[in-house]
Amino acid sequence: MATAFPFSAIVGQDEMKLALLVAAVDPKVGGVLAFGDRGSGKSTAVRALAALLPKMKIVTGCRYNCDPDLPTDFCEECRARAAKGALKSTQVPVPVVDLPLGATEDRVVGALDLERALAHGEKAFEPGLLARAHRGFLYIDEANLLEDHLVDLLLDVAASGENIVEREGLSIRHPARFVLVGTGNPEEGELRPQLLDRFGMSVEVKTPNDLPSRIEVVRRRDEFESDTAAFTARWAKEETKLRKRITSARERLPLVAVPDASLERAARLCMALGTDGLRGELTLMRAARALAALEGKQAVGDEHLRRVAPAALRHRLRRNPLDDAGSSVRVDRAIAEVLG
Amino acid sequence: MTAAPAWSDAVTAAQLFAIDPVGIGGVLVRSRAGPVRDRWMTILRAALPTARLLKHLPLHIADGRLLGGLDLHATLLAGRPVAERGLLAEADGGVLMVAMAERLPSAAAVHITAAMDARETIVERDGLSLRMPARFGVIALDEGLDDEFAPGSLGDRLGFHIDLNDIPIREADDFAIDRGDILAAVDRLSLLKTSAEQVEAMCNAAAALGIASLRAPMLALRAACASAALSAHDAVDQEDIARAARLVLAPRALVFPQEQAPDPEQPPEQRPSESADDDKADTDNPDIDRALDEVILAAVQAALPPDVLAALGGSSMQPRGRSQGKAGALQKSSKRGRPAGVSRGELRGGAKLNVIETLRAATPWQPLRRREAAASGERSWPRILIRKDDFRISRFRQRTETTTIFVVDASGSAALHRLAEAKGAVELLLADCYIRRDQVALIAFRGSAAELLLPPTRSLARAKRSLAGLPGGGGTPLAAGLDAAFALSDSIRRKGQTPTVIVLTDGRANIARDGGQGRPKAEEDAISAARQLRAAGIAAVLVDTSPRPGISGETFAREMGARYLPLPHADATTLSKAVLASVG
Repeated sequence: MATAFPFSAIVGQDEMKLALLVAAVDPKVGGVLAFGDRGSGKSTAVRALAALLPKMKIVTGCRYNCDPDLPTDFCEECRARAAKGALKSTQVPVPVVDLPLGATEDRVVGALDLERALAHGEKAFEPGLLARAHRGFLYIDEANLLEDHLVDLLLDVAASGENIVEREGLSIRHPARFVLVGTGNPEEGELRPQLLDRFGMSVEVKTPNDLPSRIEVVRRRDEFESDTAAFTARWAKEETKLRKRITSARERLPLVAVPDASLERAARLCMALGTDGLRGELTLMRAARALAALEGKQAVGDEHLRRVAPAALRHRLRRNPLDDAGSSVRVDRAIAEVLG
Repeated sequence: MTAAPAWSDAVTAAQLFAIDPVGIGGVLVRSRAGPVRDRWMTILRAALPTARLLKHLPLHIADGRLLGGLDLHATLLAGRPVAERGLLAEADGGVLMVAMAERLPSAAAVHITAAMDARETIVERDGLSLRMPARFGVIALDEGLDDEFAPGSLGDRLGFHIDLNDIPIREADDFAIDRGDILAAVDRLSLLKTSAEQVEAMCNAAAALGIASLRAPMLALRAACASAALSAHDAVDQEDIARAARLVLAPRALVFPQEQAPDPEQPPEQRPSESADDDKADTDNPDIDRALDEVILAAVQAALPPDVLAALGGSSMQPRGRSQGKAGALQKSSKRGRPAGVSRGELRGGAKLNVIETLRAATPWQPLRRREAAASGERSWPRILIRKDDFRISRFRQRTETTTIFVVDASGSAALHRLAEAKGAVELLLADCYIRRDQVALIAFRGSAAELLLPPTRSLARAKRSLAGLPGGGGTPLAAGLDAAFALSDSIRRKGQTPTVIVLTDGRANIARDGGQGRPKAEEDAISAARQLRAAGIAAVLVDTSPRPGISGETFAREMGARYLPLPHADATTLSKAVLASVG
């Protein structure tokens, strides 16, 4: 695979970068949707994140990326092996799995292993993309163009954290918890509302319109393409720094306090915007905590809420076509009212 | 601009593309099929180094063929899964030709653009998981008429956009290409880089021309390098930059460069007097005293046809919305939808073979069939014997899609009373169409004609934008509005979808079909246009927006076979509710 553009070298797009980092620190935030202009670097940012993430520990030889420290979540194979003796573990890169458009269902959920069925007449299960993405990221470019039946599948698995396969005489279940990352261009069509709900955060990506940023984007891209190795080397230090920040933020995350005052403000904000259900508040709180952890703070403050609120809430507003102001403007207004 | 420079630009584009197909992305050729395009294609073929393959993409290619997947035949023969390369992987190292790009289904466009971005294809199909290199350039032949365009996402990635429609064949000189020159240029290409100053100037120029996408300046810089390689320059110089700007930026320009020129004090009197000849002289002998930005802008201006500049000068238009229109691109394939099981069937009309189910159906019969085959005296037979009976087809349940066409009266009389309300109602209805995943289209009529503001789309963002830009005023060409609705309904039906027409008007037609004024003729035409809709059996609603609903609105509704909704004092919400109730 081609070398990814370094995450730290991406010009601007602060909201998108922040949302991706927050999701990297706390996967429970529930994924990131980046919607916006063509050629604004959405895919670049997601692929860059993959290269940035610290490695994770898995049970050696496990096809479902089981975490050796979480025996309660083991797949059936690991359970059986664990009963026989201690498991070995390996460090592997966090998976960022592409779910390409045009994928067929059998590859997404897993299916009969054709090779073994044909060559040896054996009935064996071949895990799909959902298994590969467990504990990592599942990336859908042009998420709004994903076929409906695949969207249904994803919604099902994303809700339960488990993939259940009952087909071709196979009966398999395995854990499948992943951070869903989607990108798309609204000009090509809207996203199905049910899928939109699944994303913890949604960011609007615009091509930078100030000249210096535009020039910087083109310049860096040009340098990257004409000498990838030199460019990557130049940014290696920044990348390492950022990777360390993610690691220490993850360690610190359980220790970050969420004061009652912050919870109350989060609730008020959601009420002011009339978001449905409690998912908005939960995401807002979790994202603010992850951000606080990223910044090395011990407690969530108003500032953290303010910075993640647009991404956490913008896609949860009820549509009001008569209000010409976009969702972002409405969130900003509410933030100004509640947080001052 | 006369045709000759346009032709020479087109020839240059073919050469530069041949030098760096992947870097430049491709060429979007807007042209009807004909001798000029044929000649251009001949030149392109002559320019492409022989090693480059030219792969043709059939318009309605199946996903399996485009992306790759399981080669059933080979799989069954070999008794193990055999992958079949898709067209995108086959085009690696060559050129992908997309004919009739204006009709390219959006799913296919996405697969192509994804491969262009990643320079590889990722296949997760039929039990196979493959990554295959796919570095290719694209030639998209766009034969679209007025409002049909190749998908914007594809066009954005193709460096050169050329239009051959207005070039007479006698001006399309046969141009001898020396392939040796091209090959030498390919060798030189890797040594050439653009300077920081040139990058900056190109970005400046793109911004001044109102080009939002950053791909444009990036592609232009690649084109400049190719130009320098072709001209055997040691470094990319002004001439190359100007040439790249002409070819890449000019066709994308949305704003008259003077309006946003960074230096307002720049003497404007020169420009109108500049003739095409002067410009040509400029490019041949670049004036080193001029700032690079100016060179680029001048090059772009020289390439912009005068009528485009005139249209931009009007500035009341919304260039963004228009340029991104792409009729039909969002049309849903009949092969999509929720899977609704598998059934025995034949492979006809694009049915999707369910490989696994087919194999499963065949498996229990193998011992029997082998015995039969052995008895028939055949010496060899495939490892798995598949019969027609075994074929299993995936079934998809697909709701019949509805496209709601809003026909909005934006004439003076309507504007006065109800235009704002009508817009509000349309937006509410749009929101509802969005929930039901239907498509919407928008036709407005005012002045002397009707205009398709929004081709059928599911994008609320686009719909809202075209609605916001809907100006009011002028006469009421009701007949033209209804005719346009009929034409669009007809094309929607041909795609297998169901059109619904919602007309919002006060019914006071005063402009006839021929654009002439006069109420009697205008009404007569409007009634005949209305009857056309009724005869075609198109479901319609007529919302009378006049302050005092009169006999005219009701007459039109009857002639149209439409439900009549007089709404003298409704607000937007009432209006949308009433329409929804009657459409069902």
